[in-house]
Amino acid sequence: MTNAGVPGVIETRDSYGETTLVVDPARLVEACLSLRDEHGFNFLSDITPTDYLGWGEVGVAGYFGTAAGRDLNAPGSQGLARLPEPKPKRFSVSYHLLRVSDEPARVRVQVWLDDGEPVATVLPVWPAADWFEREAWDMMGIGFEGHPNLVRILMDDDWEGHPHRKDYPLGGEPVRFSDEE
Amino acid sequence: MAVLPSTRIYEGTRIPSPVPTILEVDPDKHDLEDILTINFGPNHPSTHGVLRLIVDLDGETVAGIRAVIGYLHTGFEKNMESKTWWKSVTYAPRVDYVSFQSNELVYVLAIEKLLGIEVPRRATWVRMALTELNRIHSHLIWLGTSALELGAISLLWYTFDDRDEILDLFEMAGGTRMHTRYFQVGGLAEDLPPAFTAETRKFLPRMLRSLDEYESLLDRNAIWLERTKGIGLLSAGDALALAQSGPMLRSSGVNWDLRKTMPYLAYDEVEFDVPVYPNGDVYDRYKVHLDEMRESVRIVRQCLDRIDEMDGEPWIADDRKVVLPPRHELHTSMESLIHHFKIVTEGYVVPEGEVYLAIESPRGESGCYLVSDGGPRPWRVKFRAPSFAALQATATTVQGCLVADLVAIAGSLDPVMGDADR
Repeated sequence: MTNAGVPGVIETRDSYGETTLVVDPARLVEACLSLRDEHGFNFLSDITPTDYLGWGEVGVAGYFGTAAGRDLNAPGSQGLARLPEPKPKRFSVSYHLLRVSDEPARVRVQVWLDDGEPVATVLPVWPAADWFEREAWDMMGIGFEGHPNLVRILMDDDWEGHPHRKDYPLGGEPVRFSDEE
Repeated sequence: MAVLPSTRIYEGTRIPSPVPTILEVDPDKHDLEDILTINFGPNHPSTHGVLRLIVDLDGETVAGIRAVIGYLHTGFEKNMESKTWWKSVTYAPRVDYVSFQSNELVYVLAIEKLLGIEVPRRATWVRMALTELNRIHSHLIWLGTSALELGAISLLWYTFDDRDEILDLFEMAGGTRMHTRYFQVGGLAEDLPPAFTAETRKFLPRMLRSLDEYESLLDRNAIWLERTKGIGLLSAGDALALAQSGPMLRSSGVNWDLRKTMPYLAYDEVEFDVPVYPNGDVYDRYKVHLDEMRESVRIVRQCLDRIDEMDGEPWIADDRKVVLPPRHELHTSMESLIHHFKIVTEGYVVPEGEVYLAIESPRGESGCYLVSDGGPRPWRVKFRAPSFAALQATATTVQGCLVADLVAIAGSLDPVMGDADR
């Protein structure tokens, strides 16, 4: 897949046979329009936000080793493993695009955001972005500027917090109608 | 709000604007004082699971609609992040509990892509056979419940009868009827029992006969035709714009099947046709489902031939860093014991990286996005749920329909709420 002429591309990565275009968040819609109209990516498969809080540190998910060696209190400890590549910002939002035509292809458009930093909606480019963006807002707290109905979709309307964030505890919920509540 | 740039997709579209998933009542067409807003679901026998539709009715006509989901949200993806790769495979089939085998497959394939592990060919063909059987299983449930919702109760008993035979086959292969966890990173959990192919061969002709029966039950049934033809229209352009996939897309005239266009497993080595119908109504969706079951039978048959040829070949990769060693070695080999212990306690380590992998599940493009930080647990798991995408089409497909058709249309989108809500 050639990215010739896609505006706003900061970096192109090829790994595992997949192409990732890292795009300047300010020029996301421009890049998406170009991908749709000039490169034929007419199908938005998915929008996935990822939280990289604690990436490469001990104790969040990966259990990387400390300088002191293996941590006996962390059963999953890998000892002194190689630390993963640092990430530019806390959140990535990946747009998985598909070309439905005789020359099928996939590409991943990725933007990097800090907490609270919004990105423009791609709803005008692919109407399918509606629920995908609502889910990204609900689960990860990514703001999409210009989305006409950015409300929670999977959680209750009055829910606090964004459950898929790394600093959101797992299993911290009181059980409804029990003594805990 | 910024001015929306003009888009080519939007020409001649029926997708509501500005929110594609909400149909607002048009004050030019309806007297707002006549509008009655009712809740359709989430606990309603004919909403196909815990789907809630807030419907604005003008008499019997649907004037506005919005779909509300999330009643079955269980946080699978978050849970999987706290389990090792090895253990999180168990969660994958439970996401879409009707096409469990497909979900298991997409997750396992995505991990294998990160690991770069080579799967023995016997495992690949067994995986194909079981996934296609699961496709028949899923379509049977769809057919039975959809017909039930339109009043054809008898069909449900027939389809569930056939479905049960497929579950028997799963039980034979993996030991459990649903959520088998039979697919394992590197191959299969166990080899197929010797009688599996013979039993499946007995089942396939029965299945084809049943399909002919279903067709004769429905295709010459005036009520069924009346209630499905020309209802729930979705054009090819709208289907693509709304990211519809699978039978939804193919019944709107788009010839797109990931098994053909971007083959995975060994789908490029089997012969099958992709049924495509042009009208984009409920009837065409029914036809696509029915034809797909016939094609699946064809694929399973070819798989069984190959599986029989490969009798005695390994069914799991020989990679001791990822795959559990054979049980009998544990008593004699220190190395195997250590590997077993390490995999069970810590899990295997998956190289750093991110992948997105999609397969054609019974509902369409079922994708899995994985991020690994090089540790024993997934950093991020995200499923691209075809049901979630399909439900986005409710507002486009129900326009101008009657409240009775709503049931037919919502059913024809084939949503599984576990998949949509995850």
